[in-house]
Amino acid sequence: MADARRSRHPVVELTLARFRILIREPEAFFWAFVFPILMTVALGIAFRAAPAGIVPVAVVQGAHAAHLVAVLEREPSVDAFTIGRAEVYITLRDGRAHLVVEPGTPPVYRYDPTRPENRLARLLADGALQRAAGRSDLWAARDEPVATPGGRYVDWLVPGLLGMNIMSTGMWGIGFSVVMQRSRKLLKRLVATPMRRSHYLIALVAARLAFLVLEVGVLVVFARFFFGVPVEGSLGALAAVSVLGAMAFGGISLLTASRARTAEGVSGIMNVVQAPMWICSGVFFATSNFPDAVQPIIQALPLTALIDALRGVMLNGDTLAVLRGELGLLGGWTAASFAVALRIFSWR
Amino acid sequence: MPSAVRCSGLVKRYGDVVAVAGLDLDIAPGECFGLLGPNGAGKTTTIEVLEGLLEPDAGEVQVLGLRWATDGDALRQRLGIHLQESQFDERLSVRETLDLFRSFYAAGHAVDGVLALLGLEGKANTWVSRLSGGQRQRMAIGCSLVGKPDVLFLDEPTTGLDPQARRQVWEIVDRFRGRGGTVLLTTHYMDEAEVLSDRVAVIDNGRVIACGPPRELVSTLGAGHVIAFALDPAAGEPPDFAEGLEALPGVRSARREAGGWSLTASSLHTAMPSLMRLAADGGWSLSSLTTRTATLEDVFVSLTGRHLRDG
Repeated sequence: MADARRSRHPVVELTLARFRILIREPEAFFWAFVFPILMTVALGIAFRAAPAGIVPVAVVQGAHAAHLVAVLEREPSVDAFTIGRAEVYITLRDGRAHLVVEPGTPPVYRYDPTRPENRLARLLADGALQRAAGRSDLWAARDEPVATPGGRYVDWLVPGLLGMNIMSTGMWGIGFSVVMQRSRKLLKRLVATPMRRSHYLIALVAARLAFLVLEVGVLVVFARFFFGVPVEGSLGALAAVSVLGAMAFGGISLLTASRARTAEGVSGIMNVVQAPMWICSGVFFATSNFPDAVQPIIQALPLTALIDALRGVMLNGDTLAVLRGELGLLGGWTAASFAVALRIFSWR
Repeated sequence: MPSAVRCSGLVKRYGDVVAVAGLDLDIAPGECFGLLGPNGAGKTTTIEVLEGLLEPDAGEVQVLGLRWATDGDALRQRLGIHLQESQFDERLSVRETLDLFRSFYAAGHAVDGVLALLGLEGKANTWVSRLSGGQRQRMAIGCSLVGKPDVLFLDEPTTGLDPQARRQVWEIVDRFRGRGGTVLLTTHYMDEAEVLSDRVAVIDNGRVIACGPPRELVSTLGAGHVIAFALDPAAGEPPDFAEGLEALPGVRSARREAGGWSLTASSLHTAMPSLMRLAADGGWSLSSLTTRTATLEDVFVSLTGRHLRDG
């Protein structure tokens, strides 16, 4: 029963095994492919471009309420209705109206000035009421609507989700499965064979990159056809940024998994590592919302660099040369995390 | 002929705990050698040192005439190692798992042949998650056989399996030996040690307390039979009972057990009548009586005063 057939190279076998395990794990499939698409759909619809939006304005019942409603309704984008005096705060809080008008001379506007849609409602209502009271406009400007490509929220969101996805799939796909193999003594079993440790690690990275092609491809293609999200730059640049991002998070993931013995232990570490980046790295809202004092830290985070680079390629059509700052940072994270991880990695 | 596996003066400590306390073994090529002992005796630590997975604190190890420090890569090509607790990836098929392990070895068996040897041809494309405990265990042992090893290390190969699954594992080991392979196995089942092993080392507290072919070890008891009986508790026990029992013709020793008394006897046909007479003369009544052939378990009990299962 000697083996006539030369068996495949161990790196190929190890990579195939990892890839099979990943795609056969229903949870992995959901988080890597279905979840980002659901997020894109949900957020893309929720934050659909605003112009079609109607601004709801409530008028408190009273002597001239009916008149005010009629005046406000003349403004095309305003939807006016009356409410009882007791409902003022609930109506504003729940967003059923962006502004509450109390009739009087002059009227009183109740709204939350920290909410942009409330400020918009105040401007529109005030203009309508003042014109009705006799103010005349000095001119009627000519409006020329412009649609900036890649300027919608969904355009901005998709590269963010892509970056977040590269991070979390990398963390779970590498770190979690390595720790599972360690806790189930499979790592020890492999080390008892002539398997080269470098082959094991190369296969980890190779399987990760094979998976990356699928997860990036699916989301980019979906966003393109469903929402028309552009890729202004070259696909090569998009691929290069994605690969470097996956490498950086592969290294960080290996580092978090290098010593952990239990699934619970490594889950905790990985959540601690990822949580600041979910919030601060500009997945859902711009990093500029944070104070200047913490900006150096935020800009040094690998997810910030990855998302900035992805937005550069997809929305601005940046070349890799333009993005060298972000790419350099990702390369640094990759080199440093792999160097430390390989030094302290436990094979038992 | 040089030894297949040899170690001398092996010591392994974990902190203050001495797991292996100066252990010598010498296993010949083609031999099946069993390490028998209760849980915690140091069997797994010993076998893992021999497998090159643990560094000993003191002592010499040679496997196939090679040393781990200098010839680790060459050695791993020639050994099949089955670990006690390894769990394989649930979402790979049996064939995929064997293919993976086969790829690590420069030379070895065709996976189809190994599947046949394991009796798993029909399960080749089944995921590990769908296998029974016995099938998983056979596949795990198969992963240690694909590299066509000269020496097979089996750590507790049948723990937790039902009797039929255990026999299937034993058949695989037999077939490996049929091709001249050397086997070192650990077990806390005395029947497994007796069925599989040419020689057995009984291990307790990290030391070899007896070593030899199973039948010879049993014969060192000087008594091939065990008589177990219990007295009717209502009757009470006569004074100096143990001395009275040991004085019976044909009885070598008497021990109080949890459920009654256990006698080792060189011949049943002299021991049994004298025991019956003693009972009749004393007026006490037996509530149970069994006899059986002495086993390695009795050797362990006579050496340590404890049972293998006590741990």
